[in-house]
Amino acid sequence: MENPIVTPSELKTEEFVVNIGPQHPATHGVLRVEATLDGEIIKDVLPHLGYIHRGIEKMTESLGYKQSIFLTSRMDYLSAHINNHVCALAIEKAAQIEVPARAKAIRIIMDELQRLTSHELWWGSCAMDIGAVTPFFLAFRDRERILELFEQNTGNRLTMSYIIPGGVMNDVRPDFVPKLKALIKSIKEYRKEYDQLITGNFIFQHRTQGIGILSKEQAISLGCTGPTARASGLSCDIRKLYPYDGYEKLDFKEVIDYGCDNWARYVVRMEEMNQSIHIIEQLLDNLPTGDYRTKLKGVLKLPAGEYYQRVESARGELGVYIVSDGGAKPYRMKFRTPCYSNLGAVKPISVGMKIADLMANMATIDLVIPDMDR
Amino acid sequence: MISMIQFSDVLAWIHQLLSSCMAPWLVFLIELVVASVAAVVALLVCVIIMVYMERKVAGHMQLRHGPNRVGWHGVCQLFADIIKLLLKECFTPTRADKLLFVVAPVLSLCVSLLALAPISWGPGLVLWNTNIGVLFVTAISSMGVIGILMAGWSSNNKYALMGAMRSGAQIVSYELSAGLSIVAIVALAGTLNTGGIIESQANGWWILKGHLPAFFAFIIYIIASTAECNRAPFDLAEAESELTAGYHTEYSGMQFGIFYLNEYINMGVVSMVASTLFLGGWQPFYLPFDFGWAHAFNDIMALKFMETWPAWISWVSLAWPLVWFFGKLFLIIFFMMWFRWTFPRLRIDQLLKLEWKYLLPLSIVNLVIIALIVVLGLHF
Repeated sequence: MENPIVTPSELKTEEFVVNIGPQHPATHGVLRVEATLDGEIIKDVLPHLGYIHRGIEKMTESLGYKQSIFLTSRMDYLSAHINNHVCALAIEKAAQIEVPARAKAIRIIMDELQRLTSHELWWGSCAMDIGAVTPFFLAFRDRERILELFEQNTGNRLTMSYIIPGGVMNDVRPDFVPKLKALIKSIKEYRKEYDQLITGNFIFQHRTQGIGILSKEQAISLGCTGPTARASGLSCDIRKLYPYDGYEKLDFKEVIDYGCDNWARYVVRMEEMNQSIHIIEQLLDNLPTGDYRTKLKGVLKLPAGEYYQRVESARGELGVYIVSDGGAKPYRMKFRTPCYSNLGAVKPISVGMKIADLMANMATIDLVIPDMDR
Repeated sequence: MISMIQFSDVLAWIHQLLSSCMAPWLVFLIELVVASVAAVVALLVCVIIMVYMERKVAGHMQLRHGPNRVGWHGVCQLFADIIKLLLKECFTPTRADKLLFVVAPVLSLCVSLLALAPISWGPGLVLWNTNIGVLFVTAISSMGVIGILMAGWSSNNKYALMGAMRSGAQIVSYELSAGLSIVAIVALAGTLNTGGIIESQANGWWILKGHLPAFFAFIIYIIASTAECNRAPFDLAEAESELTAGYHTEYSGMQFGIFYLNEYINMGVVSMVASTLFLGGWQPFYLPFDFGWAHAFNDIMALKFMETWPAWISWVSLAWPLVWFFGKLFLIIFFMMWFRWTFPRLRIDQLLKLEWKYLLPLSIVNLVIIALIVVLGLHF
């Protein structure tokens, strides 16, 4: 050998591209992430969308305002109530419809229950992406009980389409409150198991702490919202900033963490579950009586103009922008979905990390693919 | 124990019977084949029980029942799965290295089965009674990585290659601490022969006799061997949520089945070694005390009460060491399953850090302490 000394530049390894998805256990849907890897280290991440694009925004243009509610359930299928809620709120704001107090309270209870189901499922799938399978089943056990309550009261488990302009579709069943109270009690018990199994786990803490740093500035510039941004210290809870349907009267904390990493995002979501329980408890004891819906005309027409309404979905700020030309159908209905903006954070927080961290990052950002693609 | 029938007596009797009517080379050949087949079949039965156990353990840990449709409590589920795997096409990707692709599962199976040779199943019941028994097992089990690397390389798949590379780094690292904990017990027992190590525990298992260092060695061995078997939380070679199925992504049918089988055979071998070294193999549990009821307890454990029984009943006592051997085997396997269904997966750098920064220095220190204990004669 003439030159036995190998310089580091000669040892440079070849980068290669791996397509994670569209069919991959970690993407929870049909997202394709084109990852450029140098061995185990991620050099670049490029998400590709469009595999489950259904043209929901375009479809609303050929449907009436009341009918378009039913499409929104299919966007973020894990927070269907909240999707219906934002659409109903926008239409009510435009048509200046007064909603009865009982409907408002039921809406908030349903929203918060929906947030609980969504966060519970996120907890299970997050742990599964990090390699523990058992939490997934625990999460499904608890989520199942809330879904059963949804089924009893709304007739559906996943795509409820229960919150409609003017109130809610039908009144809750007479045994709703006692059943919900029992449910809340058992959820509180189950929450302890979550902490025993995953939160306190040494491996899990090491897999999440200090990984996937999303600074506050990055969160703002990428338009991140929801728990993802609140874990970076950005106050962005729509329930606090732009209260709707009586959130201003309720006592709850906006959960903010300054850790900026996966662990902070985990902690924020876990604490949000507690806050949701707290909100529901406040409403349960004094659920207003009266109408559950304001009677509306068969065909709803909005006055010409532009309307925007936002709510806090389980994943962040969910907005709907309606342009009306005065007719019975929207001229344009645009949704500002939280997952689409949060997806942008995947690249900046993953580059330079290991491939296993990419899965953890995508898990803690809590991506729901049909919410991005619509 | 004099009147009791031993495995060595039975084996000697069979050997005599065969020798009386056959040439010595034929006797050797017949004994070789029969013994090997018997060992492999025994292990495969273990594997069948392990796979069923894994599903049931996982099921009950995850609020499910596990298999419960095919046969009584789903006991036939595994056979149904094996038939399915046998009927499926063994698909080879177009641009794969065909020879290596086919050889890889077979090679890893051979390697895992080889490690079975020096295992002592009961008193005198050992396939190859060699003086390098434990060394042979460690040498062979570190060859298992070759099959995995071959599979990953020949698949022509990036996920498979990454899984194989991870597995290579992992197995090469973790066999160091596994080896050092084995050396610790070898130092205590003073022999590499598996039978000899078990005999040396007649008055108590090494995990109890060797003070805390032996216990640490046991813990380190269990962690390191879990990693060597590519079991969760060290299943980075498969890493379902990252690499889909890791090194066996491209395998289907029985070729995949062999890799699956292999994982359980490895687990079985590792647990056998752990029970041989630390838990006294086929030795029953004896109390290392010298007073009234401790004696009575030890007598019951040694089946002393059977000596007065008719000879034909004392045949039953042949199964007693096997009960202990398999009991310990499945206890350790249950722990490994418990880990798998509880812990999240480590990342590759954390995995290597755990080995090189914590386990390896710890096992070296541990070995030094054990050596001091042996030199000073502090152990029982």
